[in-house]
Amino acid sequence: MATEPETPVAASAKEPAVPSLVDRYFTRWYKADVKGKPCEDHCILQHSNRICVITLAGSHPVLQSGKVIKSISYQISTNCSRLQNKVSGKFKRGAQFLTELAPLCKIYCSDGEEYTISSCVRGRLMEVNENILHKPSILQEKPSTEGYIAVVLPKFEESKSITEGLLTQKQYEEVVVKRISATTATS
Amino acid sequence: MFPLTVENKHVAQLLLSTGTCPRCIFRFCGVDFHAPYKLPYKELLNELQKFLETEKDELISEVPNPPPKKIRLQELEDGIDGMDNLSQNGEGKISIIEDGSIASKNSNLNVCNVCLGILQDFCEKEFIKKVCQKVEASGFEFTNLVLSISFPPQLSVREHAAWLLVKQEMGKQSLSLERNDTVQLKEAYKWITHPLFSEELGVPIDGKSLFEVSVVFAHPETVEDCHFLRAICPDCFKPAKNKQSVFTRMAVMKALNKIKEEDFRKQFPCPPNSPKAVCSVVEIECAHGAVFVAGRYNKYSRNLPQTPWIIDGERKLDSSVEELISDHLLTVFKAESFNFSSSGREDVDVRTLGNGRPFAIELVNPHRVHFTSQEIKELQQKINNSSNKIQVRDLQLVTREAIGHMKEGEEEKTKTYSALIWTNKAIQRKDIEFLDDIKDLKIDQKTPLRVLHRRPLAVRTRIIHSMETHYVDEHHFRLYLKTQAGTYIKEFVHGDFGRTKPNICSLMDVTADILELDVESVDVDWPPALDD
Repeated sequence: MATEPETPVAASAKEPAVPSLVDRYFTRWYKADVKGKPCEDHCILQHSNRICVITLAGSHPVLQSGKVIKSISYQISTNCSRLQNKVSGKFKRGAQFLTELAPLCKIYCSDGEEYTISSCVRGRLMEVNENILHKPSILQEKPSTEGYIAVVLPKFEESKSITEGLLTQKQYEEVVVKRISATTATS
Repeated sequence: MFPLTVENKHVAQLLLSTGTCPRCIFRFCGVDFHAPYKLPYKELLNELQKFLETEKDELISEVPNPPPKKIRLQELEDGIDGMDNLSQNGEGKISIIEDGSIASKNSNLNVCNVCLGILQDFCEKEFIKKVCQKVEASGFEFTNLVLSISFPPQLSVREHAAWLLVKQEMGKQSLSLERNDTVQLKEAYKWITHPLFSEELGVPIDGKSLFEVSVVFAHPETVEDCHFLRAICPDCFKPAKNKQSVFTRMAVMKALNKIKEEDFRKQFPCPPNSPKAVCSVVEIECAHGAVFVAGRYNKYSRNLPQTPWIIDGERKLDSSVEELISDHLLTVFKAESFNFSSSGREDVDVRTLGNGRPFAIELVNPHRVHFTSQEIKELQQKINNSSNKIQVRDLQLVTREAIGHMKEGEEEKTKTYSALIWTNKAIQRKDIEFLDDIKDLKIDQKTPLRVLHRRPLAVRTRIIHSMETHYVDEHHFRLYLKTQAGTYIKEFVHGDFGRTKPNICSLMDVTADILELDVESVDVDWPPALDD
């Protein structure tokens, strides 16, 4: 399934490209090969107000053409469902606390493959995206916006340090390039 | 005419001999008209002494300055015991009168054991003048004032002791004494001082005045007079966060109402003992109640926050709407500080057009408060001339109720906007026409991500009352909308990751984004429009 380009493209040669919503407010950070699983890359969109939106990076297996999602589940263990997350008040009390490796959801594909999506960021879970439960294809059509996985609020003190373990856009692109050349080298 | 009568003699005598000043004596004798209190202290003392002598003198022939009669040793001793209570500060002669009562002739009585000097020097012209000098030096403009006098709490204890003493004495004459029969210290103080203040400052005293002169008295020497009350009524003296001392006037009054007479007398001398010094004045402060200025503002800059934008001590953007308006007001009203509020607000990059957004500014402790409408108009002009980023209209003085009107506007009134929208797919006129027909569209908005760090996570249902589209080109159109108060317009356009539903993207099945937003009108009919 082709992904819709989300960066506004110039209608005519005269008009410059307009930055997208994500470009304007967010910084893209990446974690490659999460939990050691090859190519299971995540993209964390960090808002200028420190809120993080967890999404899949373009190189993730689920977003490759031909992949069909059977279902998505937020039940990550017998006792824990991310759907049960309840947050109240300005200080977001009651939220489930996430560490970098905390699982957010499981994606089941028609080819039998199962993928776990991790938080990658420490903080309080604000919400998980229920829209992708009802229509999993949104995840593949618009992974960086409507197809987001979850919203996490890091601690105020940690808002800068959480990105220390993550890759910048440039670093991520280099990783992807290296992979492609590695695979072409071996093939 | 001297206000005391024969009936008051015993009480007056008793009080004077135990160190109570004439005005306090009047109070305990129920003198409830103002004139006697206003007479000069020395005169009152003389008259009182004459009054107390009279009964004896009636029996003597009218001879000027009769020589003192032979005094029995016992009476002399009585006299001297009585004198121990008075401090040795007395100037002038002290004469012993035949019946044993002591009075100081031509001298100041020492510090009153009930009012601690409040109804002695502190209600006389000289002191009032000193206070007024401070008031005038403070630079406030005022046409009336309210006086707020604060006495040390231990005065209530002494008052209570004196009252018990007088009640007992009157009981001997088979007379009763109720609380209301005596005049309160504060009342008498006001009777005397209010006209003096008015005269000195040239303005009336008015309880409703916004200009307050406060005088605080203390008497460190007797601070511990109250402490015994805590042992007897501990629940009156619970420590609270804001109180420096537990012994507030209210708490002491409460305890005095509760305590039994016998218990009180065991712990506190009746009559109260004479202090060495008078009260001291802890502070004389002037303050003016806040005044409110309202108006409507237009914002023409896409780079101006409403309030100063400061992160980690660093200012991110020059100035702000509130500073551009309030700084001028602060100067002209000579106020200490301000509180700016408005009927909602817009983002840094959003303009406010049309009639503008209502705002109200509370000016705290203004030194200047009287302005003609012409002067306010000039002030408005000054603000408008000083910046092209904002413009102000309908600037006017309003009352505190103003804030209520404005906040009502924020929550209940509709707003209209115009947005410049970009679409990723090429569009034709017919693709947007359907939006014009949608009326009262209900949308659910989760707290936008851009404010989620400081607002609770919730879903808000809002109504888009109507829309009007203007086609610009294949990837742009203008959308005019009229919405319920509290609607996030930007999120309605781009969908905020699908967290606002429905949105322009979902309605048109495109990816849309908002390039520009203007507030076209804030539909609140307050403050009243003025013809400029």
